[in-house]
Amino acid sequence: MFYLGPESPDEPDLARDEQVARDWPARYRTLAEQALDPRLRAFYLAGVASPETPLAAVPLVAMDFETTGFDLQRSGIVSIGLVPLNLDRIRLADARHWIVRPRARLTPESVVVHGITHSEVAQAPDLTRVLGELLAAIQGKVVVVHHRGIERPFLDVALRRRIGEGIEFPVIDTMELEARLHRAKPLGFWRRLLGQRPASIRLADSRIRYHLPHYSLHHALTDALATAELLQAQVAHRFSPETPVAELWK
Amino acid sequence: MQAEHLEICDFLRRHPPFSELPEERLNWVASQMEVAYFKAGTEVLRLGDEIDALHVIRSGSVEVFRRNGDLYNRLSEGGIFGELGLLRDRRVRFPVSTLEDTLIYLLPESAFNTLFEEHELFADFVEVEDRTRLRQAVSRREANELMTAPVSALISRAPVTLSVHSTAREAAIKMTEEGAASLLLVKEDESGAATAMAGIVTDQDIRDRLVTPGLDYDTPVSEIMTEAPISVAHNQLVFEAMLVMLRHNIHHLPVMGRGKAIGIIELPDIIRYESQNSLFVVSSIFRQPDQEGLAALVPDVRACFRRMVAEDANSRMIGSALAVIGRSFKQRLLELAEEFLGPPPVPYCFLALGSMARDEQSIVTDQDNALVLSDTFDPERHDDYFAKLAAFVCDGLNACGYPYCNGDIMATNRRWRQPLKVWEGYFSEWIERPSPEFLLNSSIFFDLNGVWGKTEWAEKLYHLIRTKAQRQPRFLACMARNALGRTPPLGFFRDFVMETDGRQSNSVNMKRRGTAPFVDLVRVHALAVGSSALNTFERLEDVIEADILPRGRGQDLRDALEFIALMRLRHQALDLDAGREPDNNIEPENLSEFERKHLKGAFQILSDAQKFLRYRYAPNRAL
Repeated sequence: MFYLGPESPDEPDLARDEQVARDWPARYRTLAEQALDPRLRAFYLAGVASPETPLAAVPLVAMDFETTGFDLQRSGIVSIGLVPLNLDRIRLADARHWIVRPRARLTPESVVVHGITHSEVAQAPDLTRVLGELLAAIQGKVVVVHHRGIERPFLDVALRRRIGEGIEFPVIDTMELEARLHRAKPLGFWRRLLGQRPASIRLADSRIRYHLPHYSLHHALTDALATAELLQAQVAHRFSPETPVAELWK
Repeated sequence: MQAEHLEICDFLRRHPPFSELPEERLNWVASQMEVAYFKAGTEVLRLGDEIDALHVIRSGSVEVFRRNGDLYNRLSEGGIFGELGLLRDRRVRFPVSTLEDTLIYLLPESAFNTLFEEHELFADFVEVEDRTRLRQAVSRREANELMTAPVSALISRAPVTLSVHSTAREAAIKMTEEGAASLLLVKEDESGAATAMAGIVTDQDIRDRLVTPGLDYDTPVSEIMTEAPISVAHNQLVFEAMLVMLRHNIHHLPVMGRGKAIGIIELPDIIRYESQNSLFVVSSIFRQPDQEGLAALVPDVRACFRRMVAEDANSRMIGSALAVIGRSFKQRLLELAEEFLGPPPVPYCFLALGSMARDEQSIVTDQDNALVLSDTFDPERHDDYFAKLAAFVCDGLNACGYPYCNGDIMATNRRWRQPLKVWEGYFSEWIERPSPEFLLNSSIFFDLNGVWGKTEWAEKLYHLIRTKAQRQPRFLACMARNALGRTPPLGFFRDFVMETDGRQSNSVNMKRRGTAPFVDLVRVHALAVGSSALNTFERLEDVIEADILPRGRGQDLRDALEFIALMRLRHQALDLDAGREPDNNIEPENLSEFERKHLKGAFQILSDAQKFLRYRYAPNRAL
């Protein structure tokens, strides 16, 4: 994912992700009735796990976007990585990766980060052309992201612009799972005075805490894999296969 | 579009067996992978469970166990496991648990099978058993044809022959006509057909034995020929022929087939640099006028050793060449000693013991020797001479890179400077009334070889050993007990050597933990079957012939010993290349992943063979 531009805060704020935990199966049924686009309707009709489903029984898919920038209104999606998983295995054979042509301009800063160049983007299809495949690949699954302030709102905005309707779905946010541990209470006065900083909950730093290997991030597919591995590690250390999915998703 | 799994490809590219795959295959392999995370202390594979993927450790570490719960191996990043189960019955054969938080890449069975079918090196690497893998590694190294080809492959034409009744002039003319540097002289029957080889004459003989002494050219050739020359059989290996040339310092060697000479091989036929080089060293040893001259040859010996290793000679070839060189030093020192001290008052035989006797010398070796004296030896009158002779040789050897023996097994020790009948008494006593304490440090006495003087006494002693030992189970039990005193490590983990109890150390002594226990083990079997061989590989052939080992194990032992011995020699050569004093230690950080795997396999074979020794000779009887 892309959020490390010089103007961006150290850790992005979650306020703009307005969707909140709710009875997702019921919400999907409603949305299926309202959806006009057939691809979107099919997505909702495929349904989603009920909140009490144990994690072990939930099909998951890690998703990561590279974007032209951090600003939801002025930036667009450049690439999409998807890696399906469950608690036992991450399946690369079914992983997907698309480069798409954003309607926003590719800034030099973002090219430095994700390495996708103007010429690659120029030849890439518009998101509309891959939307059917994308939605088919994530339907019926719970999406896993690191920092829910990116993928879900960016996809929502992109769809509004293209097909005139947005998208809603639950996500498990591995960064938020880290925040629960490391942001649960602020550092005390003395520790701040001693110069301690709160533990970083960025993807790379979070992985280190679980002894996951170093990956070169900022490729959507690698980042999706990195996020999938992080979730497996978080569950192995802190939850259990029986934990209801509702404890994790947002 | 096909997704590119950059991180996974990068990782695979760095680790065997995937590093052996073509680049275009790697991305396919990466795209087939599954990934799973296990926190520390979690069971990854349970004995008997179904297995559906090859496990590749991406990060972290695991412990592999035997069925009985013993630690079998520890693996870290890049390690693979589960291949045995996949190749056999799709059941877990070695349970695995994580030692640390571990991320595993799993190659599903179907992709594994595809790679196994299509890529030979991949298949070799994951092949059913370590021992098979080891055999392939050893045989790949032996691709060098001169090391494995029979002598007959070098014969380009029938030998040039002439009647033994010819004159020297006729011989010279024939050699010139045929462009031959040597000529075989044959006996003939009434019809004129050649019957048997009588001798050989060479260019050098004509120069040294005819022209220089000023003999008449019509002198019978039989007067200047070498009678009954040393020869080799047509099916012996080229390197064995080289060793014969080295040992006897000769440059022309008749090759016999069905009792007749079928060709002559000459030094130029074997244009192997190492042979020329070791021959060169041997002949310069015999030209040195004094001990200082001999000591000055040490760099040549080392250079010769490095070249042999660099040219992929096998351990037998190197071990023999170094033993020949060592023997030559002894022989020249004894010649010089006799010049200095005068002729010996009674006949004697100078013995080489241990690795030199076995033709298994390395560049790091001490001297083990002894003197067998005539039974007419009278200590009062003669010992002063032999004490001086022994000191001369042992001091000389020490100066030539063969340090004194720590255990004082040297001819300078009066106990090991005794008449033949005393030696016969020693061996009878050791074999018939063995004491484990004595035999503990004395196994090298059972590898003995005469290098100078009455060498037939050495043969006599060895004959006594092998006829007595075979019938003495308590002696064999004692020897077996000693052979079990040193065990190999379990394997390697990261940059450590791992012991069977899980302890870790920084290096492994390849002699103490590798070649020496091997030699000890094979010696026990060899004595038990009455083998007359000294070389461990030759002993092993006799043991295999006697059929006392479980089927196939002899061949496994041969491969494992070759691998360990060669590894030891190669690391000594590396030490020399780097300007370090060579030793027997190997540090795991200097081993490739392949070498570690093969070494672990070889250690395993040694360890199994030690168990068999324990079972067969009941060493506890020795207590």
